[in-house]
Amino acid sequence: MTTEWTHKDLLDVKDLSREEIELVLETAKSFKEVSARDVKKVPALRGKTVVMLFFENSTRTRASFELAAKRLSADTINISAGGSSLSKGETVLDTARNLEAMNIDAIVVRHPSSGVPDVLARHLKAVVINAGDGCRAHPTQALLDLFTIKEKLGKIDGLKVGIVGDILHSRVARSNIWGFNKLGARVTVCGPSTLMPPGVEKLGIKVTNDIDELIRESDVLMLLRLQKERQENQFLPSVREYAKRFGVNQERLKQAKKDIVIMHPGPTNRGVELSAEVADGEYSVILDQVTNGVAVRMAVLYLLLGKGKSKVEEGNV
Amino acid sequence: MTMPSKILDHDAIRRAVSRVAHEVLEKNKGTGGLCIVGIRTRGAVLAERLKECIRQIEGAEVPVGILDITLYRDDLTLIDTQPVVRETSIHFDITDKKVVLVDDVLFTGRTIRAALDALIDFGRPANIQLAVLIDRGHRELPIRADYVGKNIPTSLNQNVKVVLEEVDSRADEVVVEERSKEARDKDAEKKK
Repeated sequence: MTTEWTHKDLLDVKDLSREEIELVLETAKSFKEVSARDVKKVPALRGKTVVMLFFENSTRTRASFELAAKRLSADTINISAGGSSLSKGETVLDTARNLEAMNIDAIVVRHPSSGVPDVLARHLKAVVINAGDGCRAHPTQALLDLFTIKEKLGKIDGLKVGIVGDILHSRVARSNIWGFNKLGARVTVCGPSTLMPPGVEKLGIKVTNDIDELIRESDVLMLLRLQKERQENQFLPSVREYAKRFGVNQERLKQAKKDIVIMHPGPTNRGVELSAEVADGEYSVILDQVTNGVAVRMAVLYLLLGKGKSKVEEGNV
Repeated sequence: MTMPSKILDHDAIRRAVSRVAHEVLEKNKGTGGLCIVGIRTRGAVLAERLKECIRQIEGAEVPVGILDITLYRDDLTLIDTQPVVRETSIHFDITDKKVVLVDDVLFTGRTIRAALDALIDFGRPANIQLAVLIDRGHRELPIRADYVGKNIPTSLNQNVKVVLEEVDSRADEVVVEERSKEARDKDAEKKK
């Protein structure tokens, strides 16, 4: 493989070429093995410092990034909006610049407003990794989803992928659509029309509101969390009605292909997007996604943080 | 520029590996507690061949693992493009085993240093022995090989190139060639 990693930051899957995505997935494969060892640590990023700057709640992503950095021997610190000077009126950029003044190497940022990671990336020398910004992008989630599908089904090219739920507010859906398009999968999105962004088909995907037809056709079904915190504008008559029309349960899954893969980025609302039986059932790869998340984030940190000056020729070290 | 000179051909490599297999068996008094770990990429190929030789001589199977040392390199922060990380696969416990570590060329010793660190993360072997096809000298660390296919005195302006059929898809050989002026200049630049 001759693909070279040239990006300073990871802001969106949109910015990556097919080859670069494949490089991340290939690299992640090796890192998965590291997490399966007794001693789950390699010295690759010894001496580097990674800051987790989280302005939104998170369990998985934050723990996953932190473990990924630690398993590569980097040091990590955690800053969240509530307990920091941000609550005293400091701007995000000032906070980041102050952190950079302490010679940190990378900032992993999550923010409720789209574009914040891009602003930081433009102004900082440190590596910026987007861990989710507003409704726009969540690149490492998309990469770990691609990795998981490749692991389960052996390929991505030509697969039919259904993404179900609140597409309007979903950064996971947006990043995944970019990823699937670049790797040759065919995406259909499905959800209530009030939660469907206008013009979404311009991304080169199909739109449906027939969940049963989607289940019959799909190789991969990705269910999104109904973001109750973003439903204040009454996009839906009720959560119960949503569950009835779009929720995936055992009964509905009977029509599916026998090796269908059910994914969910978490956190799940059991009984809303999917029933408990489906979440824990034989087709679900939800926990594999979490396991793979650490490997993919290790790969991303490794590729972004290990740059230096000159190249050593192979065989002469 | 002088022509590259062929030091070993296919048969000579086969004989060298075969002799190393005999030496390994002699020193360890058989295959009890023995395992082989090859360093990617060509060390892994040689490890497989060594295992095959041992099977022919002794009729016993010795477990073989593959080690990728990329993440343990001491120059990771010095190189411009990240080397591709490949999988390490050691599917047996090396604790209390006698591990024969295999590589193609022993040069500065830095690869072996990295491999030792990596191995010790996998367990606590009874001992680690080093087998190499070529020892070309110029060590920068206090490391030596227990088994050597061939010693080749070289200058720092030369490259030792090992070609193995399994990875290079052409007949086995070991050649010594002069390094290009550009490569040497680049090196000098780096040292500044």
